Amino acid sequence: MKKTLILSTALTAVSFAASAQEVVVMSWGGAYGVSQVEAYNKPFTEATGIKTTMVDADNPATPIKAQVEAGNVSIDVADVELSDAVSLCDEGKLEVIDHASLPAAPDGTPAVDDFVEGALASECAVANIVWSTIVAYDGSKTSGVTSIADFFDLSKIPGKRGLRKAAKANLEMALMADGVPASEVYDLLETDEGVERAFAKLDTIKNDVVWWEAGAQPPQLLADGEVVMTTGYNGRIFNAAVGEGKPFEILWDGQIMDFDLFVIPKGAPNKDAALEYIKFATDTQRLADQAKYISYGPARKSSAPLVGLYQDGKTEMGPQMPTSPDNLKNALVNNFEFWADRNTELSERFNAWLLN
Amino acid sequence: MANADMPADTMLRTADGQPLKSALAKASRKARIRAFLLVVPLLIFVLLTFVIPIGQMLSRSVNNDQFSESMINIGVWFDENPNAEPDEAAYAALAADLVYSAANRMIGNAGTRINYEVPGTRSLFTSSGRKAKNLKAPFKEALLELDEDWARPDLWAAMRSASGTTTFNFYQAAVDRKINADGQFERADENSRIYMTLFGRTFALSVVITGLCLLLGFPIAHLLATLPLRKASLLMILVLLPFWTSLLVRTTSWMVLLQGQGVINNVLVSLGIVTEDGRLEMMYNQTGTIIAMTHILLPFMILPLYSVMKTIPPSYARAARSLGATSWTTFRRIYLPQTVSGIGAGGILCFILAVGYYITPALVGGADGTLISNQIAFHMQNSLNWSLAAALATMLLASVLILYWAYDRLVGIDNMKLG
Amino acid sequence: MVNEPQNDGFVVFDHVQKSYDGEALVVKDLNLSIGKGEFLTMLGPSGSGKTTCLMMLAGFETATHGDIRLEGRPINEVPPHKRGIGMVFQNYALFPHMTVGENLSFPLEVRGMGKSEREAKVKRALDMVQMYSFINRRPAQLSGGQQQRIALARALVFDPGLVLMDEPLGALDKQLREHMQFEIKHLHESLGITVVYVTHDQGEALTMSDRVAVFNDGRIQQLAPPDELYERPQNSFVAQFIGENNKLEGVVESIDNGRALVRLGTGELIDATAVNVTAKGQKTVVSIRPERVEYKAELLPSGAHTVDAEVLEFIYMGDLFRTRLRVAGSDDFVIKSRNTSGQRMLKPGEKIKIGWAPDDARALEPS
Repeated sequence: MKKTLILSTALTAVSFAASAQEVVVMSWGGAYGVSQVEAYNKPFTEATGIKTTMVDADNPATPIKAQVEAGNVSIDVADVELSDAVSLCDEGKLEVIDHASLPAAPDGTPAVDDFVEGALASECAVANIVWSTIVAYDGSKTSGVTSIADFFDLSKIPGKRGLRKAAKANLEMALMADGVPASEVYDLLETDEGVERAFAKLDTIKNDVVWWEAGAQPPQLLADGEVVMTTGYNGRIFNAAVGEGKPFEILWDGQIMDFDLFVIPKGAPNKDAALEYIKFATDTQRLADQAKYISYGPARKSSAPLVGLYQDGKTEMGPQMPTSPDNLKNALVNNFEFWADRNTELSERFNAWLLN
Repeated sequence: MANADMPADTMLRTADGQPLKSALAKASRKARIRAFLLVVPLLIFVLLTFVIPIGQMLSRSVNNDQFSESMINIGVWFDENPNAEPDEAAYAALAADLVYSAANRMIGNAGTRINYEVPGTRSLFTSSGRKAKNLKAPFKEALLELDEDWARPDLWAAMRSASGTTTFNFYQAAVDRKINADGQFERADENSRIYMTLFGRTFALSVVITGLCLLLGFPIAHLLATLPLRKASLLMILVLLPFWTSLLVRTTSWMVLLQGQGVINNVLVSLGIVTEDGRLEMMYNQTGTIIAMTHILLPFMILPLYSVMKTIPPSYARAARSLGATSWTTFRRIYLPQTVSGIGAGGILCFILAVGYYITPALVGGADGTLISNQIAFHMQNSLNWSLAAALATMLLASVLILYWAYDRLVGIDNMKLG
Repeated sequence: MVNEPQNDGFVVFDHVQKSYDGEALVVKDLNLSIGKGEFLTMLGPSGSGKTTCLMMLAGFETATHGDIRLEGRPINEVPPHKRGIGMVFQNYALFPHMTVGENLSFPLEVRGMGKSEREAKVKRALDMVQMYSFINRRPAQLSGGQQQRIALARALVFDPGLVLMDEPLGALDKQLREHMQFEIKHLHESLGITVVYVTHDQGEALTMSDRVAVFNDGRIQQLAPPDELYERPQNSFVAQFIGENNKLEGVVESIDNGRALVRLGTGELIDATAVNVTAKGQKTVVSIRPERVEYKAELLPSGAHTVDAEVLEFIYMGDLFRTRLRVAGSDDFVIKSRNTSGQRMLKPGEKIKIGWAPDDARALEPS
């Protein structure tokens, strides 16, 4: 009797503590943020009773860095890009996450083997999606786009091109368009000749480029007819195409894949709940669920077969994933190490190139 | 008292013999305390939101302990051997630091810091850090075996210059200068010089935008100052209307109007003024930046001009006309000189705002219409090199302050003569 | 009221009308001829059209109808800077960013005059107003009276034949104003220029002018030399506007040889000169100047009618005594008497009889 009483009191205390907890998640907003609220946050609160709050940022890595440096952290979980996750981790601004504690796949495969290669590259982060920079065009106006080389071929397809105003992804695509196999791109970019070659390729279209900075711009530029082709994020293009019925097509040739990862800032107020959230959100089913809302690929292999239809109930999401075998024929995985080393130098070079 | 040097008999005293000055101070103390208390909230607000952040920015631009915080041994070695080539002791110190930094998850900081000076070395630190605990003496051979890059003289020069917490390297970088193998600064390669060009362009574009604002704003301000009250208030509402609309909405409206497939081009094409292929490029270049920013900054020119023009009675112009001046001479010799203080105030306001503008050039600037502020934002948000961002921002702030000082000297003195 | 050109017509307003809004006329059919060298004042309350006339003459307003001629030449189409008319403004309108010397030099510069000639003329003009020592000051460093002189000098420095003055002394205190009135008058006389002067101060108008045009409601009510204006007002507006004036309302009892007998509302009969009353039974307002009223029987002309009055208030003003009386039911009948030796001070409550010479009372049409 006495024992039961103690136990029930303890349980009440635990559940009370749990329900008082809250996880503040910082992500990128937009359709992507919505997909995370639907696929992760709502089911997580339902399952655990822990409240979740979604906060938007242009790039969550920036506020995270500021908060940790100031010693005043209000964010529990942040969604950041791989290169930022690696940098912040090396700088000691993130909590280490024990990858072995992540839930195994339904068939029992341990998590470390279930995640796709590179998804657990940082010991401070767990990937949730694979996204990709691709070339998109308006299928109702432009046709015959078959390879990344066409993007740089003004005589074959005349008209303006949209490119992100940054060195990253542009240099890789330029080299791939110049005939460099995906596997050799980063080795070549390590050399001066490779950089020269990439810029020389960009030079061929420089006068016909409309530069964009925010992910929302490429679909807009296409819709306005400002460009005939543009690079962009596959999820944004998909949402414009399927979600809004725009006649946009994606060229998967030469796509550059990257990860978005969950991290816990050092000194997060609800570190334990944050870890629970990450474990929950990156399990096989949740990752597959997210693909219902946006066409970013799940970071777990075991999620792929579970990916079903888009929320419109008729579009098969499988072929829309960057990780779909058909889309992987000529694909590059972003080399975070390369960009962590070279971003400063190549960005300066790129900006100087823009100026001249 | 301050009056000590005054002969005692000339010192003014109150009726009861107190020195007049101290009596006055006593009498007005209460009023002064009350006045001070009234401004205390503002003082605290300014301190918290303005002085402290700017101070932090200044300090961040010259203080950077990313390297020195964790690489303590090598710092000591640099201090003890001011000009020496790295010897075994240096490599031993470096190895010890690598072990310590890796264990304390600070190796990325050190690598990032050196990477600013010597591109491509961040991974040298992180990968060597992972293996550093297995290193054995002699450390020079051991480290060079890990990676030959550890022998690079420019790397050692960069580490030496980063071993103190106070550094002017970020200012050097902000004026396109880089550290070389001898530890000296030299101009960066031509294809990576950007900041001076951007500063130059920022100031040039700001001058153009300010000039356009003046050209467009002057007649409107004059109209505002001379129209009958009812019409003037209507016009004033039109002038102020942009303030009631979000900056982003205004900027995107310009995009809709000016872009290649935009309203203006479509009209021009349908009227046959330009051909389908000859559509004007008014967006995603300097033209776009100039048009959109001129529109946004126009009220800042009009309002000071208006407030000055409002005080100029029409009788001056009439007097000049009656004295035989043509309307152009009247404008040039009588009206214009009296609006100088308004032109100065509006000009400096527009210019300072234009120099620091960020969202509009980012959206409509394209490749050649972006400004230094966009580069600052890039280093704040993207490359996370906050020290360089702070150095650039400090330079921007300093140049604006110099400009303001010059304005105060020029126009301020003029005002004194007038008044 | 058409004014026969009794002079050489240096400045002529010929049937001039002006409307700002197309609905109401501010100036209604103005005819005026100003002789060369004349000092003419346009006097009237605000809104009477006098300033508008001046502005039309200066060229800052255009006449809606009619001609304005300067030396026989129509100037309606001539822009202000080609009219060669000097002008002094109410607030002086000295250019604040120029020194006194530069202000004076300006009209000479725009006429393309050489430097030495300019300097000589500026010096002459400044000497004329005794302000040469202030040549390097800025207007803001000068007092109101000094600014006024500079404004005057500036309007004269380029030797205009015609100078317009728009209430130039309005901002000065009384003493300075009176002093400047004489100074302007002397300048006018010594330079032989034509001056058109606008003011709402009747004292100023009487002091300075050769002729005064009294404006009201867009028309000239009377155009006459000061003495005639004061002593022989043509209508009750002029009588009321110029100087102090007592009004007595009544009905014409008889008219004989320019003399009218008027019966007041209270039944008394008074003498008056018939100015613009013509018939028996007509309503009239009799106007009498306070200083022409007598209350000592020995000073009245023989046969003059007298009226009963009760002293209400007596004010000692130094050179004058001012006494307010109740006369024929009205409480604001004022008389003024000089403070000569032996003059009697009336006491409130005292009952007296007042009267006047028929020449001094003018029976006018009620306005």
